[in-house]
Amino acid sequence: MSTQAIKARANQAIWLFLGLLVAFSVGMPHLETVFHALFPKLARPVYLQTSFVDLLFSHIWLVVVSSVISVLIGVGVALFVTRPAGVAFRPLVETVVAICQTFPPVAVLAIAAPLIGMGSSPALIALVLYGLLPVVQSSIAGLTSVNPAVLEAAKGLGMSPFDRLRRVELPLALPVILAGIRISVTINIGTAAIASSVGAKTLGTPIIIGLSGFNTAYVIQGAIVVGLLAITTDMLFELLQQRLERSVNNTEKN
Amino acid sequence: MIEFQNVSKSYHGKAVIENLSLHLEKGKITVIIGSSGSGKSTTLKMINRLEEHNAGKILFAGEEIASIPVEQLRCRMGYAIQSNGLFPHWSVAENIACVPNLLKWDKQKIARRVDELLEVLDLSPEQYRDRMPHQLSGGQQQRVGVARAMAADPEILLMDEPFGALDPVTRASMQKEVRRIHRLYGKTILVITHDIDEALYLADHLILMDKGAIVQQGAPMEILTQPANDFVRDFIGRSDIGLKMLSLQTVESHMVPGEYRAGCGVISSDIALNEALSRFISEQSDVLNVTGADDVHLGLVTFSGLLKIPALQSQMGRGA
Ligand SMILES: Nc1ncnc2c1ncn2[C@@H]1O[C@H](COP(=O)(O)OP(=O)(O)OP(=O)(O)O)[C@@H](O)[C@H]1O
Ligand SMILES: [Mg+2]
Repeated sequence: MSTQAIKARANQAIWLFLGLLVAFSVGMPHLETVFHALFPKLARPVYLQTSFVDLLFSHIWLVVVSSVISVLIGVGVALFVTRPAGVAFRPLVETVVAICQTFPPVAVLAIAAPLIGMGSSPALIALVLYGLLPVVQSSIAGLTSVNPAVLEAAKGLGMSPFDRLRRVELPLALPVILAGIRISVTINIGTAAIASSVGAKTLGTPIIIGLSGFNTAYVIQGAIVVGLLAITTDMLFELLQQRLERSVNNTEKN
Repeated sequence: MIEFQNVSKSYHGKAVIENLSLHLEKGKITVIIGSSGSGKSTTLKMINRLEEHNAGKILFAGEEIASIPVEQLRCRMGYAIQSNGLFPHWSVAENIACVPNLLKWDKQKIARRVDELLEVLDLSPEQYRDRMPHQLSGGQQQRVGVARAMAADPEILLMDEPFGALDPVTRASMQKEVRRIHRLYGKTILVITHDIDEALYLADHLILMDKGAIVQQGAPMEILTQPANDFVRDFIGRSDIGLKMLSLQTVESHMVPGEYRAGCGVISSDIALNEALSRFISEQSDVLNVTGADDVHLGLVTFSGLLKIPALQSQMGRGA
């Protein structure tokens, strides 16, 4: 009962943070007096070159596109290395994933930018690569965590490999895969902010400009909206996972 | 129904089954028993091609199994395993409907079949149909596993230690269930077990395996009375062979019809003789009156009457 109450409150919190996100993005120009009071020395205490709504949408767009690509590739790779034909590649993939994760995203951007040029493309590539890792890891974990007895039963009852995948393995692995996607998206929201250093238009733009121009107010404004976006997204995933748990209810007991 | 002809199987060059020939008779319960690692599961899995044999032939209803498309072959065979392997994300009904769905039965026919099987397995459809597997006890899960295996009316039921994970009481009731289902549908059934009492209770035909080969096979009584070697004798338990023999027979076959002894206990005619023996001892009596269905008096059974089992006498003759 108390956990239910906590969950209900969490759902209310989503609306709160969503509201804050919208309010800050739309209403940032109206906070000029506040930031002026906080940073009296700054001539222009609010970032106005591009509207925060605009930045928010291009930020979200970059994260969505890169995450969709990451998920497609990541789940695909995991599927491949968990099939009999690809099992031999699993150690290799796992090693590569582990190594890649030690690269900081800034390094990926720094390498990608001179090769591809400035703008959204190097950012997209860095985000896809960086977001790929948690998806691959969790998908492999999810697919291999399915109770072998269940898979043997599915096989023994006469399900085709495709049926087994679609109707048994994927649904049972989904909660773990979703947890990986959640990490991936959350990381990418942060990484997308850094991606503005190679010229992508994101919520990181005011942060980068603020850092290079000694305008702490810009940094704070960018950081607030990025932070709110990350928290709201994470809460949405939480909600999604709860829904899934309730509908799938795959608490195994044997 | 199933015929192995000189079948061999090896894993990574190590032979697990060697030159195995056996026959599972249609409509009979065959039980394979043997020590751990003797190749029982491998034998069963070669039938539904979860494992492929390396040499020899396996025939299913006269057809070589390798010539039948593998999914089609498996849909014609029911498969139940020890850890039940129920799909945790599907309801009881959806689990049972698995194979009928694969065979694209029509929805109403599937629903009827699911309810029918739930009834047969003593689970009330209204109550259990929509439950998720984790909302069932171990024994109920196992029942659903068996129902799922039987759903599409397979030509043979393959059961690999189906009750291995259950407590003795539930296990005994599941054994009864299998016997009852067998009487009801006359299915060909292959059961694998570790448990000699389970094997003796279920088997029409008993196969003892060791190190990938058959040591002895035959009717349970035959194996008890004429064990082929010390391995068999050890396996069936030297000390209580007599009790096991009694367990294979019922009061009915040793009853003196028509007679009645006042003041003696009453026993039902379908009780196994080992239980009757226990009653003689616990009641300190050498006579029990026998009743049939509806408590109708049929006759009596005597303590010394138990000795007059032909099988027992031949056993004593062998001086085991
Ligand atoms: N996939 C496999 N790879 C290699 N060896 C295997 C494999 N499966 C089984 N074996 C070996 O084959 C032999 C027979 O195994 P099997 O599972 O048929 O035994 P079993 O009689 O069913 O034993 P248990 O009673 O413990 O279930 C064992 O020695 C086992 O180690
Ligand atoms: Mg086994």
